[in-house]
Amino acid sequence: MKTKSFLLAALIAAVGLPASAQSTIKIGEINSYKAQPAFLEPYKKGWELAQDEINAAGGVNGKKLETIFRDDNATPGDAVRVAEELVSREKVALVSGTFLSNVGLAVGDFAKQRKVLFIASEPLTDKLTWATGNDYTFRLRANTAMQTAMLVPEAAKLNKKRWGIVYPNYEYGQSAANWFKKYMTSQSTSGIEFVEQAAPLGKIDAGSVVQAMLDAKVDAVFNVTFGADLQKFVREGNTRGLFTNRPVVSLLSGEPEYLDTLKDETPAGWIVTGYPVMEINTPEHKAFRDAYQKKYNDYPRLGSVVGYATVKSIAAMLKKSGSTDVAKMQGAMKNLEVMSPFGKITWRAQDHQSTMGAYVGKLAKKDGKGVMVDWRYVDGKTVQPTDDEVKRLRASAK
Amino acid sequence: MTPALDILGLKKSFGGVAAVKGIDFNVNAGEAVALIGPNGAGKTTCFNLINGQLKPDAGSVSLFGENITSRSPEALFRAGVARTFQITATFATMTVRENVQLALMSHNGSATKVFCFATSQHAARADVLLNDVGLQSQSSRPCAELAYGDLKRLELAVALANDPRLLLMDEPTAGMSPQERDGLMQLALTVCRERKLALLFTEHDMDVVFKFADRIIVMNRGRLIAQGRPDEVRANEEVRKVYLGSTHV
Amino acid sequence: MTALLVQTLNGLAAASSLFLVAVGLSLIFGVTRIVNFAHGSFYMLGVYIAYSVATYFGNAFGFWGGVLAAGVAVALLGVIVEVAILRRIYAAPELLQLIATFALVLIIKDAALYIWGPEDLLGPRAPGFTGAVEIFGRPFPTYDLLLIVLGVAMLFALTTFIKRTRFGLLLRAATEDREMTDALGVNQKLLFTAVFALGCFLAGFGGALQLPREPATLNMDLNIIADVFVVVVIGGLGSLYGAFVAAVIISLVKAYCIGLGNVAMFGVEFEFSKLTLVAEFIVMALVLVFKPNGLFGRPFSHPRASEVIETPIGKPSNVQYATLLVGLMLAASLPLVFDEYTSVLATDVLIFALFAASLGLIIGTAGLGSFGHAAYFGLGAYGAALAAKAGFGFAPSLVCGVALSLTASIVFGWFCVRLSGTYMAMLTLAFAQIVWSIVFQWDAVTGGSNGIVGVWPPELFSDRDNFYWLALALCGAGVLFCWWIVYTPLGYALRASRDSQVKAHAIGLSVMRLQWAAFALAGALGGVAGAIYAFSKGSISPDVSAIPRSVDALVMVLLGGINTLLGPVVGAAVFTWLQDTLARSTEYWRAVLGAIILLLVMVFPKGIVGSIQSLTASMKKRSAA
Ligand SMILES: Nc1ncnc2c1ncn2[C@@H]1O[C@H](COP(=O)(O)OP(=O)(O)OP(=O)(O)O)[C@@H](O)[C@H]1O
Ligand SMILES: [Mg+2]
Repeated sequence: MKTKSFLLAALIAAVGLPASAQSTIKIGEINSYKAQPAFLEPYKKGWELAQDEINAAGGVNGKKLETIFRDDNATPGDAVRVAEELVSREKVALVSGTFLSNVGLAVGDFAKQRKVLFIASEPLTDKLTWATGNDYTFRLRANTAMQTAMLVPEAAKLNKKRWGIVYPNYEYGQSAANWFKKYMTSQSTSGIEFVEQAAPLGKIDAGSVVQAMLDAKVDAVFNVTFGADLQKFVREGNTRGLFTNRPVVSLLSGEPEYLDTLKDETPAGWIVTGYPVMEINTPEHKAFRDAYQKKYNDYPRLGSVVGYATVKSIAAMLKKSGSTDVAKMQGAMKNLEVMSPFGKITWRAQDHQSTMGAYVGKLAKKDGKGVMVDWRYVDGKTVQPTDDEVKRLRASAK
Repeated sequence: MTPALDILGLKKSFGGVAAVKGIDFNVNAGEAVALIGPNGAGKTTCFNLINGQLKPDAGSVSLFGENITSRSPEALFRAGVARTFQITATFATMTVRENVQLALMSHNGSATKVFCFATSQHAARADVLLNDVGLQSQSSRPCAELAYGDLKRLELAVALANDPRLLLMDEPTAGMSPQERDGLMQLALTVCRERKLALLFTEHDMDVVFKFADRIIVMNRGRLIAQGRPDEVRANEEVRKVYLGSTHV
Repeated sequence: MTALLVQTLNGLAAASSLFLVAVGLSLIFGVTRIVNFAHGSFYMLGVYIAYSVATYFGNAFGFWGGVLAAGVAVALLGVIVEVAILRRIYAAPELLQLIATFALVLIIKDAALYIWGPEDLLGPRAPGFTGAVEIFGRPFPTYDLLLIVLGVAMLFALTTFIKRTRFGLLLRAATEDREMTDALGVNQKLLFTAVFALGCFLAGFGGALQLPREPATLNMDLNIIADVFVVVVIGGLGSLYGAFVAAVIISLVKAYCIGLGNVAMFGVEFEFSKLTLVAEFIVMALVLVFKPNGLFGRPFSHPRASEVIETPIGKPSNVQYATLLVGLMLAASLPLVFDEYTSVLATDVLIFALFAASLGLIIGTAGLGSFGHAAYFGLGAYGAALAAKAGFGFAPSLVCGVALSLTASIVFGWFCVRLSGTYMAMLTLAFAQIVWSIVFQWDAVTGGSNGIVGVWPPELFSDRDNFYWLALALCGAGVLFCWWIVYTPLGYALRASRDSQVKAHAIGLSVMRLQWAAFALAGALGGVAGAIYAFSKGSISPDVSAIPRSVDALVMVLLGGINTLLGPVVGAAVFTWLQDTLARSTEYWRAVLGAIILLLVMVFPKGIVGSIQSLTASMKKRSAA
């Protein structure tokens, strides 16, 4: 296909023939593969594993699934162009993917404008399904508000008065910090104070930030940083004793992507959301993990789960709709139930958000590596706002 | 009669080096004056102070009685001061004619127009000026290709495009053959007489100086050491000392 | 108070490795005048190499040996790069090395991904410096103390080296007066290679020293490069002490911003920590406005190879008119022949062609540096998007976008044209970063990092072919206007100011005002491109005004050929098309894109159009002779 010149494709399009023989269902997958390889390489593996499984079992509605992967260069503009290509030239049945929130929102809006179905897998921004949510956009992963809500009961239990919040200075971090403040304030009877540190993404001056937290005499810390910022923050915090006698509640830090890097630096006792990959032994997760290990000789990361569950959801949806008609697919997405490695998830009709949850537990060190202990699965549906609240949040959306 | 150019107590130093140490002289309209002196005497610095490229530390420059000290080169161009450069300065990516045309456009206040072709502006007048300096046959050549002597001529044409009241020429004939020198200086002198413009030039070739200057001003190490008619200067003891070994004097 | 003191120490520790990396860049620039974008990549390689060596041996020898090995290995790589690539294009126009180094950034990034994998790699703590000591009652990492000492020690070592050795003498001579080195009869080639190697060593060494402080990641290159440029410029290009002082200032400003945290001022809560996003650029803008050559810099005599290669322009010939007409007709018939997506891609090409052409007006015709042209693209996009969201119609929204970018370019331009050369270019970058950070942080208005969605054109133009025709009309008109300017008196006056500034002054041209006009005009035209871009995508986010977009525009102009009319347009088309095609068909597309750009730079040292032009010109000459 690639080697054929676009003249040929153009000719075909010009005579109005269907672009491909209809023995496959094409899915367009857009992601920041080059910009976010740590998450997206395992993601793609998970994706391909699911697709292979489905196709080996005969495909969907008698057709095989075929995915066309595209790199969005981590910019919304390029993502939209690539989406145009997937829709108009490749004639995909739907588009899927995206990692960055701004890219997700852009593709979501594109989907609405061009009336194509968009299944967002990873972007976390609340806006995708709430403030700017639309009829064509659905999202798999628990959004920022849900992720934060999972940790709030644990944080409240600590009964601390003065909270330090460290977050990356962009929408995800700001939003998490705001939800945390809102939820915590509404939970507590006595006044809670917050001390905030916004760090430029990927460029935290960890020593200064840790120092500022110590000087501010915080009783506990809510951490939103991840990736390189997290590693820096942890190392400085360990060296300077920020975490001794000071509980930390932290978003996403229990994901293997981050624990693998932290190794013996893993701060024991942190309360985190994450993914204890080697310890979840539900039948659906065990099957997934075994298949993944067999195929790739490596254990899955959270990205793998996201990619895998996205494809499984798409397949289930296609089976339910029995067609690639957009309206039918939209209908099928609503209240769709799918078995994911994390158990059964539902794609909510009211805000197009899936109920895939996450694991909440504590960090610990084991054989020089970071692991999650005392973990439990928090179902996404238990951390959603009320339906009225969702309605209000989606009011501005069309 | 107010002199065309009147200089009083002009001073300039660069860091520790005093290049011009307080000099006074004047040039009258229709008069050709040579400013001479050995290398590093401060001649070019003087020119730079007169045409506004440098700001003097002290002293004043007047043009027909009007104090023009420290005005910008642009403003002085408008006031009728034109100059040529010792190290030729032209616009290398333009043709010879375009160089002159641009000066004409600037003179006529049309250099910032955006609704016409630049090359259609003042083409005829540019050709006349180029003809005057003997560059008519080269007018369409890229300026970057010109020989050094031709660049000097072009500089004169560009300077004349301003229809100046005061013309400063910094070593206008360097790099030319003797015949060429005379031709160019003769042209400058004719313009000087006809249009009653004040001409101040520096020159290392003493033949040229004595042949074309009405008056000579001699500088050495930033000071004015003598001035007067050519024969007076030729006879001056100090000038002889400064130019010791120079058989021209 | 003690909190402040400890934050000062934090700042000094951060300054150390920043200084090492920056001083390397400064030396390279001082001698070779290369704006080396790949310096951040060399730094990143330093961290990765140090990681590999340290974890392979796993002991003190491995760690400290790894730090040295990283410096040496990166220096060797620098020699290869200098000899194999840069040396071949020293004769090319200024800034061309810039895109060669940009290509290297792409290649090195993918190479690192291939060798070390996508995951972050957190190195070991430094043996012997794993813990903390009490300072003012606070635990302070011993490694940070070591870094502070090392930074100062390196400053003295380098100063002594440059003062006392013959190499140092040559280095100083080359930085301060190029003709003098020529006169000294120095083997310039050898000097350039040596300086490049030294600079790379410092980058690799500085990176390796960061190993205990941060994980090796694939984003380190671009994360540090802007900071390093800022340090070099604030300190003054080529100045050792300047780099040190600037690194300290920036690091301290950031440390204090963090130390202040949230402060209530005049009843408003202000989060100082948020300022860390742009602190360095605000400092740089302030310094440059008051000290146009940085804190310790001297005005640069003249940039290397500043001579402009351009044949006289005159009036467009009939052949040119005919070509233009045919070109326009071909462009207009594109949607009739090709599929819908071709129209989409071609729309991008048109938008970037205008963006590049407007930049070409500044850096080509006016001969001014600009590393921050995305500011005007971004403001055009945001102005249009915000107007559309406020209920304005399509056309008025476009006008709003252009008005916003015009206003900004008038204001910024006023400051920028007071500077020259690389300093001016860096001030444009500072303004662009300030714009970016405002857009990025002003959530209530600009939607913050998420941007604005739902900016679509009216029904008629939601058809891709129709939008393409619209873009062709608007961008085409913009590009034609850019071309037109070159033929007008204004264009001539601009070129005059570029060719010889003293002469331009002497014939009565107000150089600064002309340059200001060019800046404003280019900003407005860049804004047109941005405004159309917003409507073509339906959404925008802060990346429209971020550094990569400015760099893309530079690459387009230089790739196509600076000082040629067609260059920016051809560059935009080639770059956009290459990126689209490669991203689709190869896994390591970034490296392939880099390699192709490198190849193009080698084959067409004057840019694609420029090189073809001089080739045909010399062929004509030969056949005439
Ligand atoms: N921009 C400058 N910075 C520092 N010193 C300068 C500068 N311009 C001139 N000088 C110094 O001022 C003195 C006078 O120089 P100037 O160029 O005026 O001499 P000149 O009489 O024109 O010499 P020449 O006959 O060689 O042209 C010289 O010592 C020169 O080195
Ligand atoms: Mg002189």
